[in-house]
Amino acid sequence: MADATPSSDPPLGQALGQAVELGESPNRRAWLRFRDNRPAMGASVFLIALVLLAVCWPWVSDLGNQHSDAQFAEPSARHWFGTDVHGRDLFGRVMAGARISLLVGLVGALVSLMIGVLWGATAGLLGGRWDNWMMRTVDVLYSLPSIIFVIVIITTLEGVVQGWVESAFGGDGGETARHLLLYAGLGAVSWLTMARIVRGQVLALREQQFVEAARSLGLGTWTILWRHILPNVFGVVIVYLTLTLPAVVLYESFLSYLGLGIQPPQASLGSLIAEGAAQINPVRVYWWMILFPAGALAALLMALNFLGDGLRDVFDPKAANER
Amino acid sequence: MLVPLILVISFLAFCLVRVAPGGPFDKERAPASPDIERNLKAKYHLDDPLWKQYLRFVGIGFDGGLIRGDFGPSLKYRNHSVNDIIAQGLPVSLSLGFVSFGFALGVGIPLGVWTALRRGRWQDHLGSFFSILAVCIPAFVLGPILIVLLGVKWPVFPVGLWGGPWHVILPAVTLGTYFAGKVARLTREGMSQAMQQDFITTARAKGVSERAIVFRHAVREGLLPVVTYSGPLLADLLVGSFVVENLFQIPGIGVFLVNSSINRDYTMVVGLVILYSVLLLTLNLLVDVVYGMLDKRVNYG
Repeated sequence: MADATPSSDPPLGQALGQAVELGESPNRRAWLRFRDNRPAMGASVFLIALVLLAVCWPWVSDLGNQHSDAQFAEPSARHWFGTDVHGRDLFGRVMAGARISLLVGLVGALVSLMIGVLWGATAGLLGGRWDNWMMRTVDVLYSLPSIIFVIVIITTLEGVVQGWVESAFGGDGGETARHLLLYAGLGAVSWLTMARIVRGQVLALREQQFVEAARSLGLGTWTILWRHILPNVFGVVIVYLTLTLPAVVLYESFLSYLGLGIQPPQASLGSLIAEGAAQINPVRVYWWMILFPAGALAALLMALNFLGDGLRDVFDPKAANER
Repeated sequence: MLVPLILVISFLAFCLVRVAPGGPFDKERAPASPDIERNLKAKYHLDDPLWKQYLRFVGIGFDGGLIRGDFGPSLKYRNHSVNDIIAQGLPVSLSLGFVSFGFALGVGIPLGVWTALRRGRWQDHLGSFFSILAVCIPAFVLGPILIVLLGVKWPVFPVGLWGGPWHVILPAVTLGTYFAGKVARLTREGMSQAMQQDFITTARAKGVSERAIVFRHAVREGLLPVVTYSGPLLADLLVGSFVVENLFQIPGIGVFLVNSSINRDYTMVVGLVILYSVLLLTLNLLVDVVYGMLDKRVNYG
């Protein structure tokens, strides 16, 4: 793969130990290109607004947690998105759901990032037989039904993890156990693309002279990996982290929809959609209960996709076909 | 390669479900006396040591077993073997999967080619918007919406169950839309790159018509990413089908996977995991073969 990262001129930067400002830095050029990408810019603004709103909403209003007699109220000035089966404000519920979905997405993507980068970088750096075996493993994992393994793992290990959490921290560990399993499970099935991309980058980088120089200075493999190779893979890693995020959010809402992810009274966008879908009947349609959570999920996923595509166009223009 | 892999997978799945607390007979309706539970366990050999159970499951030194294509009896649906249940459900799930596959490719590829040829113009923006929208609407959102609109409000299609060809359409569209969007995006990228290649310029210079350039020359290269993706695509269709099967009350096998792993129906879980893995590994092998036939530069040797 062509080395198209903005920091593709490492020897100079590394030797001086600081960024070299010669008119336009690669990062500034990248930013200018990104700024011209209107969908990506719009998506970033939307995402920042959504995150702020979702995080701050509990201080504004607590109606999303309060049961009331106003069951299935239509959207109004008081309840912007209507209310649900327990008379809770749906807007507050959607904000809480977005918060959890984003949290699980972020942590899951970070877990996948750690596994993927370590695996890919090790394979690329060791090369030869090791590389062959590690990437063959990735190929095999690619062809396995990953989400099925997640389902089996979550349903079977839930009790075990809950026991651990309770013996370690006391109290009811059910909620924590669910979260931990979701992070680990979703991270563990989403790292494959990351590993492939990072390996490709490392294979290209390790032939470069600054790595040879580091080796001739007597640095060990791990030091070279940490200090010299990984910083150069950073841009591409960020791009694929952004592209992994919507996938993890989607998986999480899928599991929560099935009742395997987030459990009530907590809400995720997936479990809210499931609650809405459960109310579908031929007599009355509580359209807001499905439309608003679904709209929030779709908007969130679209924004993340646009952002990821925009970042990819900026940092890694040639890799559009790698996935 | 396939056989040892299946053995490894079966071993992992087997260990995983056994490690989990609880057993298949915990949720019996009548509170079973210890005697009954002991007898049940003895009948299904759950009182043997684990290694012996695994050998029995694989069929080494015992009758039946995995190597003879026998997944054993279901522990929850006592009158059926796992093979029976798979034999009943699999054809339904497979036909749903293949119709959705056809839908995904049939909509995705034309949309992708079209947007690639109009790159940068309004048709491209419109088409790309739809393809990204499709990727962001999961089946469990689209399904209820389609049911409410086309099943309840304007009853064009039956809202559920499985019967004639009319019953396939809504589930297949629900399942396939996400993948149609994905295929469209892949096709657009592949085709736009193919159209910039030298051999296209050569063909233009020779005076080949634009239609022939696109459909005879560019498509061969531009669709390679889609071919690579179609293995995972089929996989996702088969796996994703259990939401759709649930929504539309379709008697496939997807429903059993979630239920049986919650119920600790050991043989069923392991059987289904193996079944899915075999299906996917075979499909990916097929995709590799097709890829090799299309792209002569690939050399498996």
